[in-house]
Parts: sequence; C-alpha cells; structure tokens
Amino acid sequence: MSTPALAASSVNSAVSLPPEAARSPAVLDGPAALIAQSLFEYLLRLGDTDVVLSQRLGEWVGHGPVLEEDIALANVGLDLLGQGRMWLSYAGEVEARFGEQSRSEDELAFLRDGGAYRNLLLAEMPNGDFAMTMARQFYFDRFHLLQLHALTHSSDARVAEIAAKGVKEVTYHAERSMDWVIRLGDGTDESHARMQRALDALWMYTGEMFAADASELALAEAGIGVDPRTLRETWRAAVGAVIAEATLELPTSEWMQGSGNRGGKQGIHTEHLGHMLAEMQHLQRTYPGAQW
Amino acid sequence: MVIGATPEDARALSAPRGRPGLDVVWAALATVPDPEIPVISIVELGIVRDVAWADDRLIVKVTPTYSGCPATEMINTLIRESLAVIGVPDAVLVNQLSPPWSTDWIAPEARTRLNGYGIAPPHVIGARIDVTGISPLRRASVVVPCPRCASANTQLLSQFGSTACKAQYRCLDCREPFDYFKPH
Repeated sequence: MSTPALAASSVNSAVSLPPEAARSPAVLDGPAALIAQSLFEYLLRLGDTDVVLSQRLGEWVGHGPVLEEDIALANVGLDLLGQGRMWLSYAGEVEARFGEQSRSEDELAFLRDGGAYRNLLLAEMPNGDFAMTMARQFYFDRFHLLQLHALTHSSDARVAEIAAKGVKEVTYHAERSMDWVIRLGDGTDESHARMQRALDALWMYTGEMFAADASELALAEAGIGVDPRTLRETWRAAVGAVIAEATLELPTSEWMQGSGNRGGKQGIHTEHLGHMLAEMQHLQRTYPGAQW
Repeated sequence: MVIGATPEDARALSAPRGRPGLDVVWAALATVPDPEIPVISIVELGIVRDVAWADDRLIVKVTPTYSGCPATEMINTLIRESLAVIGVPDAVLVNQLSPPWSTDWIAPEARTRLNGYGIAPPHVIGARIDVTGISPLRRASVVVPCPRCASANTQLLSQFGSTACKAQYRCLDCREPFDYFKPH
C-alpha cells in the first residue's frame, strides 16, 4: 500500500494477497456491471458507517468519564475501524470491475467529500453527553449485529467472511451498550432523564437503517446483501425489551430522517459530517500522500 | 519449541542448502512472541493457520485476532524477520479471514503460561450466541479465578481492558486488578 494507513493498526497492508490474485483485470459490463456497482455502493455504506462512528468514538479518547470507559470507547472504535478498512479495501477492488479506477482504502476514506460518503446519519451524530453516545451505540449495535449476522450468509464469500469476523466483535459492543442503557435508565433521576432524552433525540435517525433503495434491493435479490426491512421487527423487539428493563420508554414517533431514500446512504447528510471530515481528513488534504 | 528458543536454534535444524522443511518453518514461527503478550508465541495463539511451499515461494497464512488489532503489523514484521533467519526472506504472507480466529485455538500450555503472567486465560466457548434475544446476549456468568491468589471472588470492571482481546477484572480478596483474556 503506497498511501498511509488509516491508523497504527493494519489488516491488509503488510499481509496481502499475492499480487496476481488481488485483482481481476477483466472489466465487467451489462447486468454483472450493475451488480458490481450496487455492491460497491453497499460496501461504501458498510465501511463509511464503521469509519465515521469509529472517528466519533475516537473523539472520546482522553475525555471518558472514567479510565475504563475511555479505554472501552476506544476499543469499540478500533474494532469498527478494522471492519471499516476491510469493507473499504474490498470496495476499491470491486470498483475496478465496472470502472476505470480502483481506489485504496485510504483514498476512499481521506479523499472523498461529505457528499460522497454513504454512512448512516446515526453514525455521524455528535457525541453529546455520555447518554447520547450510548444511545447512538445501542441503536446501532443492535442493528449492526442483525445486519452482519444476515451477511454471514451472503453468496459473496468475501462479504460473508468479513461479516463473520465482525459479528464476534459486535456482540461485545451490543452487550456493553445494552448494559449502559439499563444502568443509566434504571439509575438516578438525572441519569434516567438523560438516557430518555438521548433515546428520544436519536430515534428519528433509526428509520434509515431499515429503508432500502433500488440498489440495496437488487443486491439482496442477488443473495449478496440483506433486505434491511426484514430486520426491523426483530430490532424493535430487542431494543424494546432492553428499554423496558431500563425503566425507559420506547419512542413512538414514526417520522424518520432520511426517509424516501434521501439520507446518508444516498449521500445526503446532516451539517455534522462535514465538520467531522474536516478534522479527520485534514492531514491528507494538507500534506497529500504523507506517511508515518 | 516455544518462547526462549531463538531463530538461530531453528536455523540449526535447517538443511544446509535448499528450501527449509516445514518443520523448520514452524519452529522458526514458534519463536515469534505475541508483541502484547510476550509469554506466548503466535503459533500458540493460533493465528498462524497454515504454511506451505508453492514452488519456491513460502506461503504463510495468518489470521487477525480482532479486526482492528494494532499488533497485526508488528506481528507481520516479526514473522518476516524470523523467516529471514532460516533463509526465507521472501515469504508471502496471506491474510486469511475465514474461519474467524477463536480463543479456543490457544494451546493448553499457553493458557497455563498466561495465568502465570498475570492474565486469566479464556474459558472455552460453548454454543454460539443467539444474536436476536436479549438475555442470551448476557454471557453466562463464569467464574474468573484471580491469576495471583486463585480466589474465585472476583468482579468484572470493564469488558474492555488494556488491549481489545482482554477485559478488566479485580480480585476482591487480594484486591489486585487483573486482565482476563476474553473468550472470542
């Protein structure tokens, strides 16, 4: 890899496939090209959501309420960064199947503007207080777990193996965010009120997780992706059960941000993403190709 | 061969000419310590999945522990160094994701050594976790004995410890904090 690594960690840089196996020189056309294009889009959605949420969690480093939580937030972020790198690396390879370019994970992460990002709106929401961070994590983890679990059955072997790797890590994330929702909800008057406020504030960003556009449906039809609408009821039941145990109330509003397939997955973001990317991409934008 | 042996020891086993045998390759890899937990080797950790010669190229398949583990790059460097010592400077390292790494692959002797090092070894994982329910996500509460005083009177402090693969515990008898290698 000629461009700098996303972080000190490295899944794909030093250990890589033999060059002859890494890329297929053949560029597809017709329906196969359309599927490749949808897969590219889908991989960006998976990878961008991981990278953006990882960056948000990284903002907590040095600011956690206690040392253990500081470390835990960073560890969850690190898992997501590792998964995000695998999705984006694969996205770059798939890109070569239908187009002329094949961007690296670093180019995809550092050299795309907000409008080209495909992450869920929920992932880019600011950290807020600890309750807000945990509510965001809780809503996402429960979705992420179901999504990855479904993707372990993908007909695309690479998608299936990245998902299988991720599902083990996300199980920890989901367990931890559940514990915090219960602990804060069933805690003091103050923690209860803050947790409820956070759940209410972020609720309208959860609908997008279960909305499918034509690209996502085509991929589900091909057995590569998952139709997210099929995950919604299971998610609601799981989230509702935790919220009840936490003595909190499940929000009921049906109005959702990003509905009508005009949300983060289509590149339409809140004002928060641009500010976050300005900080995340600053180094590569100012010193192109810088390495460490 | 485990920690304490040197790549030179492995070289001594190597044939004077030609490509080294796979037993020599495994012996060389068994000298590579985990950078974060130097009392166990990467072979004992279970992350070296396969070694094989393809014509004159040595293929080493390595699987990551956690996807974001920062030690991965260091491990690759150490693998290359250990193989250079036995005369294989150009091994091809393949990142193998599937099947995903499990702590069930950690060698029994290594578990004992982890405990001696102050890290409670991971329990063996049972059935797969049901991802859809609520209570099944609560892992069965297991007793994690204190690696220092062996007391069973211990308590989870945080599901994440000094590295992604460990959780933080404390002993309520000897009052010492310690790491628990999470079953994964």
